[in-house]
Amino acid sequence: MTERTSPLSALDRPNSYIGRAVPRPNLGRLLEGRGQYVSDISLPRMAHVVFVRSPYAHARIVSIDAADARKGKGVVAVVTGAELANVCTPWVGVLTHLKGLKSPPQHAIAVDRACWVGEAVAAVVAASRAEAEDAAARVLVEYEELPVTADMDDALAAGAAPIHPDFGDNIAFERRLDVGEVDAAFAQADAVAEAEFVFARHTGVTLEARSIVADWNPGEQRLTVYQGTQAPHMMQNIIARHLGLAEAQVRVLCKDVGGSFGIKVHVYADDMATVALSKLLKRPVKHVADRVESFLTDIHARDHRCKGRVAVRKDGTILAFEIDDRTGIGPYSVYPRTSAIEANQVVNLVGGPYAVKNYRARARVAFQNKNVTCQYRAVGHPIACSVTEGLVDRAAAAIGMDPVEIRRRNLLPDDCYPAESAAGMKFEALSHHAALEKILAMMDYEALRAEQARLREQGVYRGVGIASFIEVTNPSAAFYGVGGARISSQDGAAVRLDASGAIVCQTSITEQGQGSEAIIAQVVATAVGAPLERVRVILGDTDNVPYGGGTWASRGAGIGGEAAWRAGRALRDNILSVAAAILQTEAAALDIAGGEIVDAEGHARIGLDEIARIAYFRPDTLPPDFQAELIATRHYAPRKFPFAFTNGVQAASIEVDVRTGFVKLLRHWVVEDCGRVINPQLVDEQIRGGVVQGLGAALFEHCRYDERGQMLNANMADYLVPMAGEMPDIEVAHVETPTQESELGAKGAGEAGTAGAAAAVANAVNDALAPFGAVISEIPLTPELVLRAIGAIS
Amino acid sequence: MSARRIRISLEVNGEPVEAEVAPRQHLADFLRETLGLTGTHIGCEHGVCGACGVRLDGAVVRACLTLAAQADGGAVETIEGVSDSGEIADLQAAFEKRNALQCGYCTPAMLLSAQELLLENAAPSREEIRDHLSGNYCRCTGYHAIVDAVEETARQRRGGPA
Repeated sequence: MTERTSPLSALDRPNSYIGRAVPRPNLGRLLEGRGQYVSDISLPRMAHVVFVRSPYAHARIVSIDAADARKGKGVVAVVTGAELANVCTPWVGVLTHLKGLKSPPQHAIAVDRACWVGEAVAAVVAASRAEAEDAAARVLVEYEELPVTADMDDALAAGAAPIHPDFGDNIAFERRLDVGEVDAAFAQADAVAEAEFVFARHTGVTLEARSIVADWNPGEQRLTVYQGTQAPHMMQNIIARHLGLAEAQVRVLCKDVGGSFGIKVHVYADDMATVALSKLLKRPVKHVADRVESFLTDIHARDHRCKGRVAVRKDGTILAFEIDDRTGIGPYSVYPRTSAIEANQVVNLVGGPYAVKNYRARARVAFQNKNVTCQYRAVGHPIACSVTEGLVDRAAAAIGMDPVEIRRRNLLPDDCYPAESAAGMKFEALSHHAALEKILAMMDYEALRAEQARLREQGVYRGVGIASFIEVTNPSAAFYGVGGARISSQDGAAVRLDASGAIVCQTSITEQGQGSEAIIAQVVATAVGAPLERVRVILGDTDNVPYGGGTWASRGAGIGGEAAWRAGRALRDNILSVAAAILQTEAAALDIAGGEIVDAEGHARIGLDEIARIAYFRPDTLPPDFQAELIATRHYAPRKFPFAFTNGVQAASIEVDVRTGFVKLLRHWVVEDCGRVINPQLVDEQIRGGVVQGLGAALFEHCRYDERGQMLNANMADYLVPMAGEMPDIEVAHVETPTQESELGAKGAGEAGTAGAAAAVANAVNDALAPFGAVISEIPLTPELVLRAIGAIS
Repeated sequence: MSARRIRISLEVNGEPVEAEVAPRQHLADFLRETLGLTGTHIGCEHGVCGACGVRLDGAVVRACLTLAAQADGGAVETIEGVSDSGEIADLQAAFEKRNALQCGYCTPAMLLSAQELLLENAAPSREEIRDHLSGNYCRCTGYHAIVDAVEETARQRRGGPA
C-alpha cells in the first residue's frame, strides 16, 4: 500500500476543486452550435470519398468496371482495393497474449473477396459527397457469390466450411479456465440452476457518424488527419506504419467528437482508405459515414450465447459457476485491439463479485459473414453481469431465498481485501456490501416488495431486479501493451505557467463529452493552487500533447488525471522556488492558494501574474545562478494492479403489460464506487448515460441479420434506440474507496452504468413474470419474447 | 443528374439569403455547406434522430427531410440565430449548469425542441418534457439531466428562484 503523504491533504484543502460539481469549460461552444466536429471541417481542394460496398455477405470480386463512373460529374478518381494496396499495407488484428488468436490480413478495400455486407470494394472520390454517390452507382462490380456462414453456431459446427480456408476452421480464439473443484462442487450442491443466455448483436449508434479528413501535403511530406478518435497517438502510429511514413510525418487532430463509446477507438478500413487516398491523390479527402454505412461498418458488439450453471447449497452458499460462451465476430478480428477481448472479459468477469472458489469457463470466438464486432462500452461486462446475476437469481429461486439475501451471503466481504476472484482478477479494495445496503435504502426495497404484492392482486405485474457488478478501469499495459500493440497504457500531462500568470495543461487524454477537459482543469487548478477559470486544457493533437493512450476503458480520470496531478504539483514546486527567490525566503514556507503565493499564515505575498512577469520579462532581477522553470511534465501508468477494479450495484423497478408484452421502466437506481470522485455531477452523468445504453440493450437494440448475412434493420427507424419517452429517471449514489496506487485515488466510471443495467432489468422482468412460471434468458426483451414466455402467443 | 438549379429567396436568422440550389439538396446541407451554419447537425438523414432540427416559419422541422427549395420564401432559424439573439440564453445556462449535454451533437436541435415545448406549455410535467423530446436522440446523457434542465428553465420562466 502506498503511504498517504502530504499531497493528499492538498486534495482536501478548502480551495480544492476535487469533489466539486463545476461546469465543463467546453460547453459554451457546444450549446451555441459553435463546436467543431470532423463533419464540420472543410479544407481547400478537399474531395469527398464514397465507398462502393458489397451487397453480398460473401462473394468473390470477379471484375470492377469503373469506366462509366469516371465520366461522372466532379469525379476525381475511382480506386480499387488492388490499387490502394500499393499505398496502404494490410493489417492483422491479433495480440500475442491472447494465445492462439488468429485473423487473416485485412485490406483498406477488399482486394479479391468481400466477406460481409458493407465491406468496401471500391472508392469513388469526387468534388462533393453527392457527386461521389452519383458516380458510385455507376461502378459496375461483377461478383461470384460464395457460401455464407452467418450464424455463429453454424460457423462453429463440426465440419463447417472455414470462411478463411487456410485456417481450417472458423475458431478465431478459444479460452478455457478451470479453477478449484468444479465437478465436486456441483456434486455437493443442494440445487443447480442453469440457463442459456442470449445477447443480441447491437452497436454504438454514435449520433455523429465516423468521420475523417486526411490532408497529405507533399510539399512538407506530412499527413494531417482530423478524426473523431479516442486514441490519437495509436492512430498516428498505425497510419504511419501502414502508409510507410515515419510517425513524425503524421499529425492526428481530434476536435469535438459526436459520441464515441468505444466505436471510435478502432482502426476502420474506411479510415485507412481515406488517408491512403489523400496520399495517392495529394489533396485533402473527407469521409463521413452515412447512417446505413454506420450500421453496416461501425463495429458491432455482444452477440453472445452463453450457457451457464450455478451450484448452490440450501443455506444460500454459492459453490460454483460454470459457463460456456460463444460469440461471432464477423470475418476479421478488428485491428489493433482484436475481437477476442470481449469473450476474454466474459471469462474474466463471470462470478467476479462473489466469494466463490470453483469456476470453469470456456469461450469460443467464431468467424462469420457479418460485420465485425469489437470493443464497445463496458466490454464483456453486460454479458458477464447478466449471466452471473441471472444465475444468482435462479439459484435463489431454486432454494426459495430472497435475491437480496443470497447476495448478502455471497458477495465478497468488504473487509477481505486485497482479494482475488476465482478467475484470477485482483481486487485492491471493493465495497459490495456497503453499496448493496445503500441501494436497498435508496429504493426502499421492502416497500417495493409490498407494493408489488398489492398490485399483483389487481393483475398488475411489477418486478424488482438487482445486479451487483465489478468494472474494469484504469487498465495497465496488461490490456494491450503486453500483447505487442502500440497502445500506450500511460498518459502524460505538461502544465505551465504562461506569461500572464494563467495555467495551461496539455494532456494526452481526449474528450468525447465525458468531461475530460473539466476534470483535468479541476485537478490542475487544485494541484497548483490556481483559480479554475485561469486553467486552460489542450488535448487531442499529437503535435501538441505528451504521448499517451487517450480516453477509453475508463482511464481518463484515473490515469490522465493522475499525470495531470503530478505535473501540477511539480509546477507548483517550481513556482514556489521562483517565489522564494523573489521573496528571499524558503519555498517550504510558502504555498499557492487562489492564484496567490501565500505565507504560512495564509497572507497573500505575490500573485502568479507577478511571478510570471518577473520570470519571463525581468529574469535579470533574479539571483544570477537561478533559472525559473515554469513548465513541468509528468507521466503516469498504473503498475501495481493490472486494472483498478470498481464495483457497484444496480436495481430496476419495471412493470410488464401482460396483454401487450411491453416492459415499462419505472425507476432505476445505481450505487457505484469509482474511488475518489473528482466531479460528482460528471460521474453521475457518466453513470446515467451508461445505464441508458444498457437499457437499450435490455429492451430494444438488435442488429438483425437473415441467414444470408443481410442486415435487416440498418436504419434508425427499425433499429430501436432509447428515446426520452421510454427512459426512467435514474438515481445515482456513491461509495468512495479511493485506490491507494495513485495520489489522486480516482478509478473509472464509464462502464459501470452499461455493465449492470440489462442484468437488473432482466432480473426484474423475470421477477414480474414469476406468477406465470416464465423465465426469459434473452435480450432484448421484446414484447414478442415476453408474450411467448407467458404463453400468450406460440 | 439534372443540372437544373432552383433560385430561392429566404430569411436565415433574420438575414436575407438569395441562392441557387440543386433540387435534391436538403435544407441541412444547404445551411451547413452553403451558409456555413454548422451548428445544424446531421445524424441519420432519414428523419428519425432529430439532430438536424431547425425552425422554419416558427415550427421545428427536420432539415434533412426538408428540401432547401421548400424553404423558399420562408424564415429559417438555427441554433446560431437563437444563440445570438439571446432567446434561449436561460435554457442554455440551465443545460450548462446541469451538464445536460456530453458530446453536444444532439444539443442544438434538443434546445430548439425544448424551446418549442416551453413556448406552448409554461409548466410541463417531466412526462410531458420526455414526450416532447422523444424525437431527439441523445446517446450520451440518458436524458435525465436534459429533463431536469428543461424543467428548471420552465420554473424560472414562471418566476421561480434561479
